[in-house]
Amino acid sequence: MVAAGQWSLVQRGIAAQHDLMNTPMKVAVVEAERDRALMIVDGLREAGDYDVTVIGDASSLERRLAELRPDVVLIDLSDPNRDTLEQLAVASGPTQRPVAMFVDRSDSAITRMAIDAGVSAYVVDGFRKERVKPILDAAIARFQLFTRMRTELEATKSALAERKVIERAKGLLMKAKGLGEEEAYALLRKTAMDQGRKVADVAQSLVTAADLLS
Amino acid sequence: MNFERVACGFVPLVDCAPLVVARELGFASEEGIDLILESQPSWSAIRDKLAFGDLQAAHMLSVLPVAMSMGLGGIPMRIDALSVLSVNGDVIGVSPQMAARIKGLVPAHSAHRATAVGRALVAAADGRLRVGVPFPFSMHAELLYYWLTALGLEAPRNLDMRTVPPPRMAEAVRDGEIDAFCVGEPWGSVAVDAGDAEIALPGAAIWQFAPEKVLAVRHEWVEDNRDVALRLTRALWRAARWLGESGNRLTVSDLLAQPEYVNRPAELIDRALSGRLVLSERRVPVQIPNFIEFYDRAATFPWRSQAIWIASRWAARAGIDRKDAIARARACYRSDLYREALSSLDADLPGASEKLEGGLESRIAVASSRGEMFLGPDRFFDGAVFDPAEI
Repeated sequence: MVAAGQWSLVQRGIAAQHDLMNTPMKVAVVEAERDRALMIVDGLREAGDYDVTVIGDASSLERRLAELRPDVVLIDLSDPNRDTLEQLAVASGPTQRPVAMFVDRSDSAITRMAIDAGVSAYVVDGFRKERVKPILDAAIARFQLFTRMRTELEATKSALAERKVIERAKGLLMKAKGLGEEEAYALLRKTAMDQGRKVADVAQSLVTAADLLS
Repeated sequence: MNFERVACGFVPLVDCAPLVVARELGFASEEGIDLILESQPSWSAIRDKLAFGDLQAAHMLSVLPVAMSMGLGGIPMRIDALSVLSVNGDVIGVSPQMAARIKGLVPAHSAHRATAVGRALVAAADGRLRVGVPFPFSMHAELLYYWLTALGLEAPRNLDMRTVPPPRMAEAVRDGEIDAFCVGEPWGSVAVDAGDAEIALPGAAIWQFAPEKVLAVRHEWVEDNRDVALRLTRALWRAARWLGESGNRLTVSDLLAQPEYVNRPAELIDRALSGRLVLSERRVPVQIPNFIEFYDRAATFPWRSQAIWIASRWAARAGIDRKDAIARARACYRSDLYREALSSLDADLPGASEKLEGGLESRIAVASSRGEMFLGPDRFFDGAVFDPAEI
């Protein structure tokens, strides 16, 4: 293994080279979830000319970073492997801070956006802020998009599940009380209103009770 | 009284118990605090959220507020420790292969077990020893540095300290990434039950009274919310006192086992709380003295000498000005606020705010406001005594 300290020192040299020669910056995306990783990669490609690598396996994180020597590392704020990145920064000199954690604290707007989106960036020090910003902007937009898609997917799933249980409850009422479909639904809705509950919850209770009694 | 909302981050570990008890048993609401506990996936996350104001308070590694106040790590910022949440509670784990080699070298009932195990570990590693810790700024790392360098292991040349998230510790040992680790419970016991590791030593064998976690807040926040900070300190002290009553232990295990807290079986959590640890798979539990402390021996008091010890260790390793580091550390363990908060209660307060660290061989009565305080033992494994006044 390359010592973490060496890794960061080498990186600093590379960072300086990038600024001089305008070669594409190396961005490492630490993300185990494949769909999300691909999405971030696409976002970064749209945002500029970056050399992007995804690291999906936490156990090889240290080794891969030592090999890759990226300029910027993007990682989910809630990823437990963030603490391992912290160690790489400390090993390179706890007060020199060659790797700036998170985002520059002086730029509170982008910091706030990054926190809300759930992205943290580990950026090599000495990098010009304007070169990092488009990367962060792209990552933030993708993190938000992904979160929104997942929320929507979950909402759709739970709506579907609710509809199924209401259908079953209606069926049970129709059979047990000889009601028509609309009457059965009206009864469910009235009960829900009387008890201050959701129709789906009342339906679920009925279905559970019926399962127990059957 | 105004109900004050305080969002407090915690990492799912047995030693988050005082926060859980403060909320669930109503000690926080008695002080007019709506204590919202938010589980955090990493120490980096807890630090960032506290620093950026998403959290008002945090369950934090005792070393971290000192390090941040000294300007070390990612976010330099003045962070205050209002009180100590727990003392001791870590374990040193090794792979079963390493455990077998140690057993061949260490007599089962060695009087100086930490020395013997440490020497065996150094010998067995044959060169570079790879150890896992949860975070670079932690008591885990301090204990390992202290222990292994005192035994002659050269750091950093022959000590490769790696950061491994606690839930991955067992896997890292199994995959041969590390030879040993120091971690908080329940993760040592989880590794033992999985057959991936054996517990070679409790952390208390290296230092009998090591501050492990603190209640951390931003210094700026304390300035603006002094009254809330005092109320929070009182709530946590009451929670600690309740935790210190032995009859409450099983209730605590059940509480912590809940999915929103530690989310592990109560039996596993109870091992740490009772100090009865299973050291290797399918063995009977062993009673460990002083395994973890929440209340007794003035465990909650934020001794300035503890902060100074931490600062002087880091200053030496990082090569930074010792005097400045110590001044910052002294200011960050808020024994002044602790005294102010508890003066209205029937709490017993120590006569001093600094003490010799490692000076007490056994339990001994010390000067205090009610004259009922006992401290010690607090020895380091090598018998060294740290005098904060001599720094």
